[in-house]
Amino acid sequence: MTAPTAAHVHAARRVPFWRAVGIVAQREIMVNLRSKAYLISAGIVLVGALAAVIFSSIGPQLFQSTTTVAVVAETEELVDALPDTETTVVGSAEEARDLVASGDVDGAVLPGDGLSGVLVVGDREAPGSLVEMLSIAPQVELLDATAPDPGILYLIGLGFGIVFMMASMSFGYGIAGSVVEEKQTRIVEILLATVPARALLAGKIIGNSLLAFVQIALIAAVVLIGGAVTDNAVILDGLGAPIAWFVALFTVGFVLMASLFAAAAAMVSRSEDLGSTTTPIMMLVMLPYVAIILFSNNPLALQIMSYIPFSAPVAVPMRAYLGTMEWWEGLLSFGIVLVATAIVVTFAGRVYERSLLRTGKPVKLSEALR
Amino acid sequence: MIRLRGIDRSFGATQVLHDVSFDIHPGRMTGFVGANGAGKTTTMRILLGVLDPSAGVVEVDGAPITADYRARIGYMPEERGLYPKMPIDDQLVYLARLHGLDATTAKRRALDLLDRLGLGDRHHDSLESLSLGNQQRAQIAAALVHDPAALVLDEPFSGLDPMAVETTLEVLRDVARTGAPVLFSSHQLDVVERLCDELVIIGDGRVRAAGTREAIRAAHTRPEWRLVTTSDAGWVRDAAGVDVVDLAGGEVRFTAVDEAAADRVLQLAVERGGVRAFAPVHRPLTEIFQEVVR
Repeated sequence: MTAPTAAHVHAARRVPFWRAVGIVAQREIMVNLRSKAYLISAGIVLVGALAAVIFSSIGPQLFQSTTTVAVVAETEELVDALPDTETTVVGSAEEARDLVASGDVDGAVLPGDGLSGVLVVGDREAPGSLVEMLSIAPQVELLDATAPDPGILYLIGLGFGIVFMMASMSFGYGIAGSVVEEKQTRIVEILLATVPARALLAGKIIGNSLLAFVQIALIAAVVLIGGAVTDNAVILDGLGAPIAWFVALFTVGFVLMASLFAAAAAMVSRSEDLGSTTTPIMMLVMLPYVAIILFSNNPLALQIMSYIPFSAPVAVPMRAYLGTMEWWEGLLSFGIVLVATAIVVTFAGRVYERSLLRTGKPVKLSEALR
Repeated sequence: MIRLRGIDRSFGATQVLHDVSFDIHPGRMTGFVGANGAGKTTTMRILLGVLDPSAGVVEVDGAPITADYRARIGYMPEERGLYPKMPIDDQLVYLARLHGLDATTAKRRALDLLDRLGLGDRHHDSLESLSLGNQQRAQIAAALVHDPAALVLDEPFSGLDPMAVETTLEVLRDVARTGAPVLFSSHQLDVVERLCDELVIIGDGRVRAAGTREAIRAAHTRPEWRLVTTSDAGWVRDAAGVDVVDLAGGEVRFTAVDEAAADRVLQLAVERGGVRAFAPVHRPLTEIFQEVVR
């Protein structure tokens, strides 16, 4: 071994704060991008989103079935005009009844004596759609023909809720794992001797947040582009603005969640103990998911939820979709999330800084903040 | 020169460091010795700025230590730490960049260092796939990758096989030769005695002795001699200016007020005939250590 006598290469001064943040963030991203588990789960989520879009576009058609009908010459024209029916012309009423009895057709339409002038023949029961189509319908007046279908509302709410919860949990746990790994392996001591704790924390939050945003943006793109390509009425009909709100609020709200996860992880020394401090945060992440399922069509509950930082990213897009929100209300929610995030980041920074070098039993919150 | 002056540190109600002061000279290896829990790691963390002292200052060349200087220190914590699943060259580049090297220089130095430490062909293996000895080498590389201006190593030799001790030593000497101050802690006194130029002994959070090996020895030893004769040496008890420490047949250990008194004993022994050995006794550091930390 020879001495490193060549000219010194060490830097004359400490790395500037934001450059350190950038280097830390870069490592967080690279570690994730090199992890097969991360790439596979991200891929599954995207495929899942695409499948949901395609299913909601063509799904209804899968459940539409054609009714096969036996007809005679007199009724052929009448039945042909009906949608979703396939006619088989037979010579006589007997032949038609035989086909129904053998199950080759769903029903038969023959000339009849009643008011309608036709007779519908079925085997055990008459095909409902056929009877309905041949009946005289009452006049119907719709007051709000474009109002959202409650079932679809529920699904949209569920969609936002699931995406929010999954992204918060997977990336939140990603951050928590990365914090506790550094603490457990004690590399944190080397890191702290080099850069301030806050630079480490900021780098971790920014790195993981970028990954989360890219994933959310990809999901949004898949949903919107997929919706346009498959000509999906639900998505094209006013889901663009809600998705934009979701992405905006998620961007800030995720930083809040990430800071909480990082602070919680800094309080324990081993990954086995993570549960003891991250469980309360898990509850906060689950809250909007559960609430949106319960209240997907309750304007008052949604309004309250849109002012709570944790549920706003889900509630605001929902209100935007329902059209029950003034434009400034969305900005107000955004502001609330922003302020809450600033407060939580400061608080998390404190806990993180003071807990990093404490080992052994999980640090008590009161000790960390003292 | 790095100087610690009057460092106190308390955790809650317990004070673990009391007025700790010592110097780390450039180009010299300073051994930092103390029992477990004596305050070595806390002192090093304060030096690194990972912990703040309750009182006292760390100075470099007469001025309070700066964050810029600290960023140039190479540090190896006692409980080794690198990322288990990350390739070692990537980890070294990461640490070097955090220390301010640009990516290209960082990469070059990392590969160069791994080569010198005999890990050249394993440079892209993950840490956890290496043997413990090789993990230690990677750890040493991590402390050196940014071309440190000073080295602070907490127990660098613990858990190392003799080969790895020699390799580590070589590296430390190389760094010291460039004029960097090197501080390393150890509880293996024999290693410290062999390696270090200067010594700081800490006990119960207080510096018990500090200075060059010779100075500490001189300060804590009354000059002592050993004489072996062919006949019973009991007569030494009656010689002027000496105190017998230990006597067994023809072998005697004694202290003397000065060298002349010791020489007179030798003269007497020669007159009685049959001197087999006569020499000053060096007390091993272990003995002094046990005495000063008591």
